[in-house]
Amino acid sequence: MCVAFPMRVTAVTGDRGRVALGDVEQEVSLELLDNVAVGDYVIVHAGFALQTLDRGEAAETLAMLGALTRPEEEPAP
Amino acid sequence: MKYVSEFRAKAFIEALLGEIAKEAASGIRRTFMEVCGTHTAAIARGGLKRLLPAAIKLVSGPGCPVCVTSTAYIDAAMARALRPEVTIATFGDMLRVPGSAGTLEAAKARGADVRVVLSVLEALAMARERPDRRVVFLGIGFETTAPTTAAALARARAEGIGNFLVASAHKTMPAAMRALAADPAVAVEGYICPGHVCTVAGLAPFAPLVEEFGIPAAIAGFEPTDVLAAVLALIKQRNRGESRLENLYRRSVRPEGNPKARRLVASVFEPADAWWRGLGVLPGSGLALRREYAAHDADAVLPVAAEAPREPAGCRCADVLKGIIEPKDCPLFGEACAPDRPIGACMVSSEGACHAAHRWDRS
Repeated sequence: MCVAFPMRVTAVTGDRGRVALGDVEQEVSLELLDNVAVGDYVIVHAGFALQTLDRGEAAETLAMLGALTRPEEEPAP
Repeated sequence: MKYVSEFRAKAFIEALLGEIAKEAASGIRRTFMEVCGTHTAAIARGGLKRLLPAAIKLVSGPGCPVCVTSTAYIDAAMARALRPEVTIATFGDMLRVPGSAGTLEAAKARGADVRVVLSVLEALAMARERPDRRVVFLGIGFETTAPTTAAALARARAEGIGNFLVASAHKTMPAAMRALAADPAVAVEGYICPGHVCTVAGLAPFAPLVEEFGIPAAIAGFEPTDVLAAVLALIKQRNRGESRLENLYRRSVRPEGNPKARRLVASVFEPADAWWRGLGVLPGSGLALRREYAAHDADAVLPVAAEAPREPAGCRCADVLKGIIEPKDCPLFGEACAPDRPIGACMVSSEGACHAAHRWDRS
């Protein structure tokens, strides 16, 4: 019920927007956010975009996960 | 970056499991609790409990909105559904939750006007299109969902859509986590914090809990690597005698959350005492409509005579929601109570611990 998904913004008209994930496309309210742009990824829940996802933070998390797969590169304690 | 597949990479999952195994090598048993129904479903779907070392136990808390909602609330919705001028609009999960005298699904089959919606905005549109109907939206859910109900109420008030009503059972999560942390019967040694609640609420409501109870906490997203990274963080904290709130879902959770959404919630709702299945009444843990919104408050406009609700005999949902027993320890689990014939609320929603255990853990 409180499931929320990352979806890509494909259109913005005032405080309404369209978002897509794979083959699924839907209309959402953007009224809980400021400055949403086409191409942004947003967390969508119950017909509303709740947050714009942060590309830099996502990349950093992935880099940390990547480092775990290469333990030989860890600095010596 | 699609924010999904990247976080499902097998190499990451294996690396995290390897690190967790190292930290769990001592064999000391650790019990961690997730307090979000979407985590419950993600852990079950990913088979994560089977992948983790035996010493690590994951238990579900009161994070499934349908599960913690009171039988009295269902009974009130049933009573309103029987009024000829009322349309009940609700998320689908509520349809099959047993009340004292059956379910909304059964009421619908007998002719009550009960509609399933995916968003509160659909309920608002129904009210706009049918001024002759009173549309009652069943407002359930936590910090994640409350802003959507608030947005619809603000719009209904601004547009003068007087036949749009909300029966609010919205709740806020930190009070429930505090009650569990303070309960000596609950042996939780770390919290996997709800990523989408924190996306709205930010870090501030959770930090005092960690400090006061010295309990490790990690805010997690919903992909397998997100959940495993949280488990690793919690076991590391435990092994080092630390207790911190770690934000491991930074792509969605800003420290300040979503202030715009919270301002909207605060303008429409005010804190109220709320009853949680398993936890009882927790002061200030619910969201009631402010007086300015009384004309849209189903409890004020369509009051229902409160009768003592009948809880299903033998159901141990209350203990499941506190992590005191596992779903399989309930005498009704699997035979009397199953997803196609739920007796307790925890067997209804895919986010309920009993439903998830029945669907994914039994094989």
